[in-house]
Amino acid sequence: MTLPKRFRNISLILGTLIVLAIVICAVFAPYLTTHGIEQMDMRNRFSGPTLTHWLGTDNFGRDLWSRLIFGARVSLTIACISVAVSCIIGTAVGLAAGYFGGWTDLILMRITDIFLGFPAIVLALAIVAVLGPGMVNVALAIIVVAWTEYARVVRATTLMLREQNYVLAAKALGADPARILVKEILPNAMGPIIVLASLGFGTAIISESALSFLGFGLPPPTPTWGWTLSYGTRFMRDEPWLAIIAGATIMVTVLGFNLLGDGLRDALDPRHLSRSAGKKK
Amino acid sequence: MQDLALEKTMEPALAVSNLNVEILGENGAFPVVSEMSLSVNRGETVCIVGESGCGKSMTALSLLRLLPESARVASGSIKIHGEDFLAMDQRKMEDFRGDKIAMIFQEPLTALNPVLTIGEQISESVRQHRKLGKREAFARAVKCLELVQMPDPERRARQYPHELSGGMRQRAMIALALACEPKIIIADEPTTALDVTVQAQILGLISDLQKRLGTAQILITHDLGVVAEIADRVIVMYAGRPVEECSVYELFDNPLHPYTIGLMGAVPHRGEAEAAPRRLADIPGTVPPLWDLPKGCAFAPRCPGASSRCLEERPPFVEMKPGHFAACWEHDHA
Amino acid sequence: MPDTAEQIAPAPLLSVENLKVHFAIRAGVFQRQVGEVKAVDGVSFSIGAGETLGLVGESGCGKSTTGLALMGLVRVAGGRIAMKGSQDVTSMRNVPRSHRRRMQIIFQDPFSSLNPRQRVRDIIRAPLDIHRIGTMEERRAEVAKLISLVGLRSDQADNFPHQFSGGQRQRIGIARALALKPDIIVCDEPVSALDVSVQAQILNLLADLQSELGLSYLFISHDLGVVEHISHQVAVMYLGKIVEIGPKKVIFSKPLHPYSELLLRSAPSHDPHHRHQFSAVSDDIPSATKKPSGCAFHTRCPLATDLCRRVEPQLETKAHGQSIACHHR
Repeated sequence: MTLPKRFRNISLILGTLIVLAIVICAVFAPYLTTHGIEQMDMRNRFSGPTLTHWLGTDNFGRDLWSRLIFGARVSLTIACISVAVSCIIGTAVGLAAGYFGGWTDLILMRITDIFLGFPAIVLALAIVAVLGPGMVNVALAIIVVAWTEYARVVRATTLMLREQNYVLAAKALGADPARILVKEILPNAMGPIIVLASLGFGTAIISESALSFLGFGLPPPTPTWGWTLSYGTRFMRDEPWLAIIAGATIMVTVLGFNLLGDGLRDALDPRHLSRSAGKKK
Repeated sequence: MQDLALEKTMEPALAVSNLNVEILGENGAFPVVSEMSLSVNRGETVCIVGESGCGKSMTALSLLRLLPESARVASGSIKIHGEDFLAMDQRKMEDFRGDKIAMIFQEPLTALNPVLTIGEQISESVRQHRKLGKREAFARAVKCLELVQMPDPERRARQYPHELSGGMRQRAMIALALACEPKIIIADEPTTALDVTVQAQILGLISDLQKRLGTAQILITHDLGVVAEIADRVIVMYAGRPVEECSVYELFDNPLHPYTIGLMGAVPHRGEAEAAPRRLADIPGTVPPLWDLPKGCAFAPRCPGASSRCLEERPPFVEMKPGHFAACWEHDHA
Repeated sequence: MPDTAEQIAPAPLLSVENLKVHFAIRAGVFQRQVGEVKAVDGVSFSIGAGETLGLVGESGCGKSTTGLALMGLVRVAGGRIAMKGSQDVTSMRNVPRSHRRRMQIIFQDPFSSLNPRQRVRDIIRAPLDIHRIGTMEERRAEVAKLISLVGLRSDQADNFPHQFSGGQRQRIGIARALALKPDIIVCDEPVSALDVSVQAQILNLLADLQSELGLSYLFISHDLGVVEHISHQVAVMYLGKIVEIGPKKVIFSKPLHPYSELLLRSAPSHDPHHRHQFSAVSDDIPSATKKPSGCAFHTRCPLATDLCRRVEPQLETKAHGQSIACHHR
């Protein structure tokens, strides 16, 4: 491989491969599945992994492989929406709070603290309970908590960057705050934001699964991972692989995103950047 | 040749011969200090002068075996009072550090421990090398602070580094280095972080202390003004190698190496400027990166008098006049 | 050749009167203001066209803050900043862009003054974009001109800052400052972070640009050699005030204020045959947060009397266009 040196780290490569595999599964789900997700095969209930049912079947004889593949679509869609929206809200709040400081900072950060103060899952449950289940509402429940992380990190980064002389130079040239934030500060804050976003995917998938597990996710028959895990546990004693496979799917996916995030953190580390540029110190 | 000159005097306090230091980079090792030899006698101050990246700080760190993990001494020897410092085991080396040889760093705020008082730091260092009780060690620390002319030493010994001004901190740093009366002091840019009036005081203090204690000193600096004020002998470094070595008078009166001459022309001298700004004699170009040095003389690409030989062959570091060494083909009188 | 005071132009290009900058000292959980630092405490000077005023002093004397205040980068507590042919900008909340175009700044640290994520040509073009000068085509041509003006190669325009050495980066900063064709450039320690050989290149570049473009400089530095080299007029600052100001020649040959004397005496000689006998004794150096009463220098001054401790001396003009603030000279 002719990757630049800083991208040659194990967690980054492994994370990318896992995430890529899952994204491919989600995108090409119809071509990768062997059975319809609601196609029941009552003669083969609780079949273990076989040639026709690669990961076995559930209590209705539905093919687990197919349901998990389509489940990836649900999980990734919700994760995408929630990460994108919380990233945008959090970054905007963080930039404003960090750059303008003073009262703006005080008010914005106290609001952030309020959202952080709630136990995440309880807040999410409350939102879904009030608004009802559905993809947008589940995403919303995740966003409400997730944006605060971006706000805090971006604010801290902005506080550091706004003291840089190139920001001072831009001010001296008469640049307005919008230009300074977009041209000078945001590009230099992208590193931490990208890392947070990839870790955020993992968190979003766990939150979505947790909501589904508790019965507050998308209603059946949508094949969500959380719900598959949840009813899998009912048959845990006799047919444990149902829950194990569903749990493992969630775990591997989250692990993939976390590895990707950690790998990116190393790769985007500015100290590493300058070293690869051929500087000492 | 250099060895002969040394034998005439008594054994030097510190003798370095043919020291090579390299950094282990991503694309293999490259040298940061090459063929560095120097010796310092009791009561003598040798200045190593050069610009950033010339290897002067790496030389200083290697003299105390304080090189960062990415660097190592590839070959050469360092002898302290005749004993081979590089061959010593960890224990013996630690005994030597602080006791026989000590270092003064550039930035006293980061070189002093922020959570210990000045007195605690000095007495701790004393107790590492001398069997002294806590109280005695503290009394010694106060004595050291007195020695560096710290005003109100009793009170200062009970203060933390951040409570002192820059100049006071550098005095504390010097007191810390002197705590065990080492015979050799290495000072890495000891006045660079200081204001000019404070720098004057610290330079005054350093030469005053040397007169009283008779230490051998190596002072690393980029400032030719500091060199002129304090050095007995000077080594000019460029791109990891010594390019000129002689007495301080000889250096300022008859510099031989074009790099030294260039440096002197590039400094705006006090009291010489006309009403209209004259041009300074700058050295064109920049220092070559150490991992990509030119084949011949490293200074040749920037040298006004470079010949084809300079670009092809590296000039040896030889004695041009008695006591005056340089590495330059133009001045090759042999 | 701009020489002594007798020749001072009728209306200087920039005149600064009684400039004040105060910083709040905050402490505690609620960041309540517990005090105030008078970083710049009534500074007045003027700079003529094509002239360089050197502002010297030690760290914390307020020389850099003065530069930032001129650029409107710190809040000004009082005073007047006037440029010939422009309105007074001191009291304005937002300094108008027309003022920015006439005054620009170069920073000390060539590593933090350039955005690491922008290419050199974008950095130099930014001022033209901000002020909407010319078409895209014209801007591109202007950037190319600026790049060669400061001595960089045109093929370096697409590189990022980290691919340059300190001196080259300082050239990029100079090109950016020149893009708006300013009359005055505030040079805030522009060569302090550079090696001696590179420092000379930049000083020469600044001198060349001055004679080519008729620029004026406010040259802020702690390095007496550099200031003596490049300045026409020199002002010495101590704890927020100018204690001595006048033509360079006079100040460096016959300083009158005891602090200027101390500064000049402290600078290394560059001549081993005439070494200073520096005293190792430390004096009580006050900080801007705890400014002494009366004349701020009285704690270190050999001439200090009771009068100095009580009454603050004002700048008074002496012979040869030199002004000093001292009761005893």
